[in-house]
Amino acid sequence: MDVSPQTGVITNSPNWVTTRIDALVNWSRANSLWPMPFGTACCAIEFMATAASRYDLARFGMERMAYSPRQSDVLICAGRLPFKLAPVIRKIWDQMLQPKWCISMGACASTGGIFDNYAMVQGIDTIIPVDVYVPGCPPRPEGLLHGILMLQQKIKGESVFDPMLRVEKLATQNGMFLEPASVDELSEPFGNSVAQTRSA
Amino acid sequence: MSTPLSPSVAALRARFGAAVVRAEVSCGDTIVYVAPGSIHEVLAWLKDEPAERYDYLTDLTAVEYRDRERPLELVYQLWSIGRKVALRVKAELPKDGALEVGTVTDLWRGADWMEREVWDMFGIRFAGHPDLRRILMWENYSEGHPLRKDFPLRGRFSRSEQTHRALSDALEKHYSLDELSTDEAARYLPEGMRERLAGGPGA
Amino acid sequence: MSGARTVTYELGTTTVDASGQPTRTPLIVDAEPQAGTDHMLVNIGPQHPATHGVLRLVVELEGEVVVKVIPHVGYLHSGFEKLGEYRTYNQIIPLTDRNDYLAAMSNNVGLALAAEKLMGIEVTERCRVLRVIACEMARITSHLVWAGTTAIDIGAFTVFLWMFQERERVNNLIEAWTGARLTTSLTRVGGLMADIPDGWAAELRGWCERFPKTLDEVEAMLSNNGIWLGRNVDIGILSAEDAISFSLSGPMIRASGVPYDVRKDRPYLGYETYDFEVPIGEKGDCYDRYLVRMDEMRQSTRILLQALDRLPDGPINVADPRVSLPPKSRAMSDMEAMIFHFKQVMEGIAAPVGEAYAAVEGPRGELGYYFVSDGTAKPVRWRIRPPAFINLAALPKMAEGHLLSDLIAINASVDIVMGEVDR
Repeated sequence: MDVSPQTGVITNSPNWVTTRIDALVNWSRANSLWPMPFGTACCAIEFMATAASRYDLARFGMERMAYSPRQSDVLICAGRLPFKLAPVIRKIWDQMLQPKWCISMGACASTGGIFDNYAMVQGIDTIIPVDVYVPGCPPRPEGLLHGILMLQQKIKGESVFDPMLRVEKLATQNGMFLEPASVDELSEPFGNSVAQTRSA
Repeated sequence: MSTPLSPSVAALRARFGAAVVRAEVSCGDTIVYVAPGSIHEVLAWLKDEPAERYDYLTDLTAVEYRDRERPLELVYQLWSIGRKVALRVKAELPKDGALEVGTVTDLWRGADWMEREVWDMFGIRFAGHPDLRRILMWENYSEGHPLRKDFPLRGRFSRSEQTHRALSDALEKHYSLDELSTDEAARYLPEGMRERLAGGPGA
Repeated sequence: MSGARTVTYELGTTTVDASGQPTRTPLIVDAEPQAGTDHMLVNIGPQHPATHGVLRLVVELEGEVVVKVIPHVGYLHSGFEKLGEYRTYNQIIPLTDRNDYLAAMSNNVGLALAAEKLMGIEVTERCRVLRVIACEMARITSHLVWAGTTAIDIGAFTVFLWMFQERERVNNLIEAWTGARLTTSLTRVGGLMADIPDGWAAELRGWCERFPKTLDEVEAMLSNNGIWLGRNVDIGILSAEDAISFSLSGPMIRASGVPYDVRKDRPYLGYETYDFEVPIGEKGDCYDRYLVRMDEMRQSTRILLQALDRLPDGPINVADPRVSLPPKSRAMSDMEAMIFHFKQVMEGIAAPVGEAYAAVEGPRGELGYYFVSDGTAKPVRWRIRPPAFINLAALPKMAEGHLLSDLIAINASVDIVMGEVDR
């Protein structure tokens, strides 16, 4: 495998051996994603309903809810994230071992949802990297399952031999994961929020 | 059609006289305004007096009006479990004065957390409260008191600044000296943190 | 502690130093503390399976015995009350769904009652009966989740699956009516968002007749189970005086023997005309709370059947065009209807100057909404009287002196929903 020293890009095409190894590793990772259910609010109830017998996460290999981040693969942030909880999710994310993925379940985890106010983080992607966003308030269990299947597709497209894939951007000295300008841009109000700060 | 005042109003006026500022009825509920200095006395009397027996504190909150001239109001919703009647007692706190009243945690233990929330959201202090810390925001949250009308909906700081303050590594946001109840635990704290915690609640 | 060995732990933090390594904070601990004086400080949550949401409990332990527990809330504080000041009364209704998300319809009804009390609006009889149906269905769904999660905390996983399966059946009905399983936004000021579809009442009746069988199965599994009794009897006892002093409400206060139920003491929606009992406990332990809630589900089923029997025909919204949106067909063809539609959607419904407090008996307790209005369409103050927040304040009183595993059982029996605790 030739890797360009300047850019880290793989410069020769994958061969039969690497694709077979990738297929095996990705298949095993995708089909036994142990979720770290970071359930905070209403989406957590729909997550529990997805795990219950009607929608049954067990058939995707996800019935083992790993409440210890050390033993989990995918962090599912189900629910809104206030600023008081932000260091907690950052710490949980840091405690998870690679390979790890993140599903942002629901509108509040993705963008702050209907809570465009002083207390709410406007999207967990300002704090941790997110792989799949599942819209909905709350998303139906089928919606969450679609998001999980999408993540499985994403995992199946990965390569073990890609040296840049699992490199993670850590939080900087002041605890920030993104540049302040990026955080401000991601958190800008849009849609109805723009017009609704006027009280009476 | 207007509902008459609750009979407790007349009893209060007879007992406390000038401390009862005024009384009115709104949407069928009686509201009594008392002077903030006599809140504890009035509520204790309402709780213990055999003819009143308002033994249940339904709610304790505060109101700030959009009209900036109006004072802050502390609202106590009382209920009598035996007599099945309700009463609303309010105290007006002018904004240019000290926003402080006496606590009622000695009358009702449920007032503990309710008063902490009023401190957190409005900045009204309760003298004699055993542990007046912020309860909904983190303990050294520095943007202000969110439910005040001069506090903007999205907060005073930019989003990146809010994120930074939320994430920055200051453990005292999550602990305070009061909750580390044993002296033995206090000495485990790092030196700088012990000094910062000694600064006291809120800010 | 002479002669004790000290150990230096290095706690990693979320910051990194110049070389890219996480910075470390040293924590120096005595490795061999003396027996009998060793108190351990343990942090449970905010991310923990058994805290029912993002609750943080800082526990001081002597061995396994809880000496002191301090609950930390606020990890789900979403600024509801501040948001309410920037929304018209109908726009606040979707906010209430997210407040107590296990019993969303109960919240919707409570808010509509408070707004209608403020504005002096009387709703139609059909609307009242449908709201009773909504409240009782919300109570049942909430207690189903409570039963499932409490059982799973104590170790009975099967009950969780059974209760959630039952909840799926109720969710089908709720979805057929409101379009959503969880965040229903059912009510509007002066009425409801939609009437029940054809055949819905018969479906609900069929469900009410089958549901007690599920409850029987769960009770057969739990109520006389040695493990369940051992984990719940005499655990977390709270006396009636303490319950009143802590302003508890709902099953918490009734399990302690105080017969306070908002449906009986401050009736709303015609509850005084329904025939139902309110279960009252004796001791105030976790087992009493379990029995009270299981019986409440049966009583709710009773109320549902009565409500279905008496459901009258008629409109669900008041006929006042300033309050209820006109039918869309008329809004598109009739000028006056279009103007009313426009005013209600763009400006909202103006409430008179005044204030109103209305309470419903939610599954957790007395859920009250307090509105203060200055004559505009958006309230000056919207206060949610949160039963779960106030109930949770009694947790230290109940748990201190018990074992750590009992703390989990007691926490489960308080039936908290952090969305309501933290608002």
